Order: sequence, then C-alpha cells, then structure tokens
Amino acid sequence: MIQAEAKNINVWYGDFHALKDISMTFEPNTVTALIGPSGCGKSTFLRLFNRMNDLISNFRLEGLITVDGQNIYSKEAKIDEIRKGIGMVFQKPNPFPKSIFENVAYGLRVNGINDRKTIQETVERSLRQAALWDEVKDDLKKSAMSISGGQQQRLCIARALAVQPRLILMDEPASALDPISTAKIEELIFELKKSYTILIVTHNLQQAGRISDYTGFFYLGDMVEHDLTKKIFLNPSNERTQNYITGRFG
Amino acid sequence: MKKFRKIFEKFIEGVLFSSSTITSLTVILIIVFLFREGIGLFQSSPLEKNFVITVSKQNPVQELDATQVKAIFNQDITNWSKVGGANDSIILFTTSDIATYYTEEEIGANFEFLPKKLNDFIVSHPGAIMYVSGKSLPPGFNGHKIKVKDITVSNFIFGKQWYPTSDPIPSFGIWPMIIGTLMVTLGALLFAIPLGIATAIFMAEVADIRIRNILKPVVELLSGIPSVVFGFFGLIVIVPLIQQMFHLIVGETVLAGSLVLGIMALPTIITITEDSLRTTPQALKEASLALGATRWQTLVRVVIPYAKSGISTAIILGIGRAIGETMAVLMVTGNASNIPHSFLVPTRTIPATIAAELGEAPYGGLHFKALFALGIVLFLFTIIINFTVEFIKNSKQRT
Repeated sequence: MIQAEAKNINVWYGDFHALKDISMTFEPNTVTALIGPSGCGKSTFLRLFNRMNDLISNFRLEGLITVDGQNIYSKEAKIDEIRKGIGMVFQKPNPFPKSIFENVAYGLRVNGINDRKTIQETVERSLRQAALWDEVKDDLKKSAMSISGGQQQRLCIARALAVQPRLILMDEPASALDPISTAKIEELIFELKKSYTILIVTHNLQQAGRISDYTGFFYLGDMVEHDLTKKIFLNPSNERTQNYITGRFG
Repeated sequence: MKKFRKIFEKFIEGVLFSSSTITSLTVILIIVFLFREGIGLFQSSPLEKNFVITVSKQNPVQELDATQVKAIFNQDITNWSKVGGANDSIILFTTSDIATYYTEEEIGANFEFLPKKLNDFIVSHPGAIMYVSGKSLPPGFNGHKIKVKDITVSNFIFGKQWYPTSDPIPSFGIWPMIIGTLMVTLGALLFAIPLGIATAIFMAEVADIRIRNILKPVVELLSGIPSVVFGFFGLIVIVPLIQQMFHLIVGETVLAGSLVLGIMALPTIITITEDSLRTTPQALKEASLALGATRWQTLVRVVIPYAKSGISTAIILGIGRAIGETMAVLMVTGNASNIPHSFLVPTRTIPATIAAELGEAPYGGLHFKALFALGIVLFLFTIIINFTVEFIKNSKQRT
C-alpha cells in the first residue's frame, strides 16, 4: 500500500533547478527521514506535499504528487482542503500568540467547526497524543508563548494533529530544541507512527537513525538513495551516501 | 599617536553630548516659553491695560464677572438690581460717549478738563458705569473701580464665545474650537482609517510585488507634499464639490477640513500599518496556511491580530497628524468660531486660530496670551496622544 507518492518530480526556482527527477513512495505508518547537506533540496521536497512552495513566486513544478491516490496539484484540487489533510511541523516552534487551547482549536475553527464540545474533545485528544496534556491541562487559557520551547513544539504537533491529517511533514522539528526536549519529540514521533505516516527532514544523522524506518539521501537536487534506514546507515549502495554518512562531507 | 586618538575620542564624545543637551534644552525651553506666556492669561484681569471700569461711590456693586460686564455693555442687563445693586437703571459711558454729553470747549482743546468732566458725570449720574482710561480720572474721583474677576481656566475652556478684541471685555472661550478640532479630526479619521488600513492590507498581503513597488513610493510621496498644497487642493477642488453636492451657501465646512486632513493622515496610517503587517513572521502565516486556513482567514485570524498594536499606533499617530495640522485646515474650514452642530457648517480649529490671529495680537496682550493658552491645550492633546502610543507599545512588549 502506498500513502504518498512523488513521481518524476522536477522543481525550479526561476532558473535554478532545485529538484531533479525524483521519484519516491511512502508507505502508511512509517517514518521516512530525508537527509542531506544544506541546500540539497530536502526541505523543498518536503514542502511539496502540502503545497507550501506555492507561496514562492518563481516556483515551478513538473511531475506528479499524490496523497492517498489524489493528485494534489491537479486543477480540481482545492489548496486549503489539501493542506487541511496534511499536517506540518516547522523547524522553529511557531505557536500563534493565542492561548494554548486556541492554538490547538485553530485548525478546527478555520475549517468551520464551531461545536464547542467537539472542539474541546479534539483539543484534549490532540494534546494527549502530543504528550503535552498532563503538563498544560490546568493552563489551557495561558498564552502559548509562556511555555518552554520544547512544549511549544509539542503544542505545534498537537495543533497539526487536531485536523486529523493523513500525512505529517516535519521540517527539522527538533533542531531548535535542547537535548531533553529533543528526546521527548523523538519518543512522540515513535508513538505517532502508529497512527500516521511521517516525513521528517533532519540534519541530525543519529536522529534519523533512531527514529526512521526509511531514509532518503538528497544531494544537490538529486535523490541519491532511498532505502531502509538500516541499509542506508550500515551498507549504503552509493558512494556519496557512504561519504555523507561517515562524515566525510556535509 | 595613541594620545591623539584618545583626545579625538574625547572630542567626539563632547560633540555627541552637547548635541543631545542642546536638543533637550530646546524642547524644554519651548515648553517653558509656551506655558509662561499661556498661563499669564489666567492671572490677569480681562480688561485692557490701563483701562478701568468705575461706578459712583454710592453704588454698592464692587465686583462683576466678565459675562456680567459684557451683558451690561451689550445692554442685555439694564438695571443694577440684576447684578446685586440698587433698583436703578444702568447708564453706559465710554470715552467715545464724552462728545454726546459735553461740548468741545467744555472738554478743552487738549482734553485738559476731561478728568473734571468725568467726575461731574459720575456725580450727576449715580447709575452710570464708566469704561475709561485710568489716567484720565482726577484725584479725589467721586467713584470706585469695579473689580472684574480674572479669567478662569474653566471659562476659558468651556466658554462658548471667542471675541478676543471686543470692548470693554474680550471673550476667550475656546469650547467651539475644541469641538471644531475634535470634529474635524474625527471626520478625518472616519475616512482615513478604513481607507488607510484597507490600502495597507492590500499592499502588504494582496498586491503582487510590482504593484506594491509602485504604490509604496506614491504613498510616501503623499506625505512629502507641503500642507499648503493640500489646502490649495482642498480649496479649489473639495470645497466647491461639497458646496454643489449638499447645496450649501459656503463649501468651507467641517467636512472639507476632514477630507483634506484625512488625505494628509493617510500616508502615516498606511505606512505604519503596512510595516506592522509585514512584521508578522512568515512562520506564523505558514502555520496557519498549513492547517488549511485560506489566505483571507490567515489575514483576519493571524496577521491582523499580530499587527494590532502597530495598527493602533498608526491610528493614533494619524490622529496626531490631523489634530495639529494648521495650514490646510485654515484654508478650507471657513474659520467661524461657533460650535459645529453638523459636518456641513464652517468651523475653526485650535491650530488654525493660532496661525490666523497671532499676527494681529499685540505682543504681551491678553489676546496674545490667550493664543498661547490655546497652544497649551493643543500641546496637552498631543501629549496625551504620545503617551497613548507609548502605552500601547509597552503593553505589546509585555505579552
């Protein structure tokens, strides 16, 4: 079974050829780590799946991206609907300057859900899933800016979970956090894998090794190798992957 | 070499220090000057210097306030009993009336008999009230001076009449100007806030970069146009337009002032609002979009709330710009000092009054001081505005 697929993807920013003929598939309930040196295109690739690159004015795409069999770049596809079904967690925690409760409820409210009970239940469920409920259940009205960075990032995860996405995209979600918060996020990803399919961009190779089932190695716009994480880390078939994994460049 | 550098650094330090000292001293001096001249109004008798109001010695009235004196000389009060005296009708007498009672020979070619005649008059007319130069009264004059109450802050602010040069008592009531200023400002804001904020949102969030690159300099250019030019435009275009649209006798109205001021406040409001909308982190917008919010929902729920304090600052600075503006308003509001009851009547604002009248007010006189007192009122307005801006900025930093 395939949850998401990229087929013969080419991306340009103006004249710059950012991604070159990339094809990948992602199975349900797996974690795929996208690794590679800075500027290799891994974030661009990740952001294709919720059409975030559309915000960039000279962005151009060729190829096919499907999620649950639906072509998300087709003319009939509604961009807001697509984004609703795909959660995203950003590099830096970016909660809205609202209360903790309202942060999680945001995705519901913008999608027209106003039933108080539904919202309350969803907020609690999402915060529990994000392993944050016990820490904030008495402070739901407090500003989201008042909790720690690690808590903020888990709040952002809860916020993404609230709209029940089919796919979760994480763009270096732990790179701005301390080691303890990072460990919590990693644990959380492990838990979330049971119900979601996760794509995660990371700079941290150990992290990729710890949490992912599959790893894709990107280099200068090429997808060099995509395989089981174990295989990539222990016995990569490409020399460039070998060099990157062993720290010879990157 | 090292020593030279040390001296040079000291020198630079001295220059910086003295520049800032000069700046702050200038500001303080201006404020002190404004208050010194303006406060003087409230410690002085409203009578012209050297002039006195006297009545007969038998008259029990000792003190009158400015409105009573005015009413007497306007013949609104004609009997002493109304102001606490005996039941006797009031006979008005000012220096110019002398010719009606006495011939030229009696007064003398050089007014040498004037003091004696004034005394004769007060003796023969016990009900008289005289407004004359104190120097022309003889020693042993058979009357006493009426004490006229000083101008108070409350009848300066709440007084409804502004006749700064009328005889014998000028009126310095600025209530119509306060209302006029506030109404013109309010009208300007009613028009400039929605338009300004809408333009700012368009520029920051909707327009593509090419349109914005044209619009932004245009808006900034608007703030560089001298206010006289705005006034000229108002006088030639807006005033006749209003006159025709509402079938008015004169087009110089509160509305005209509001429109001109609104146009002038637009750049301030647009620029600051747009800047604050732009400070909304891209990460927040992306977070909102990633949750399936539309661009419009993101704007309303994330961008505008984030920029709220910036938008408030923009509005308040717009008010500040509007409230202190002089030339353009002077040119288009008609300058009638009465309380405007609608937007379609002439009015006059505080700064316009100062600009229009300062040239005619004799230095150091009451009128002069009254204009400075007006300046104080305006200054207080802007102080309040500045403090509000500071308050909003500080409250943002706390959250």
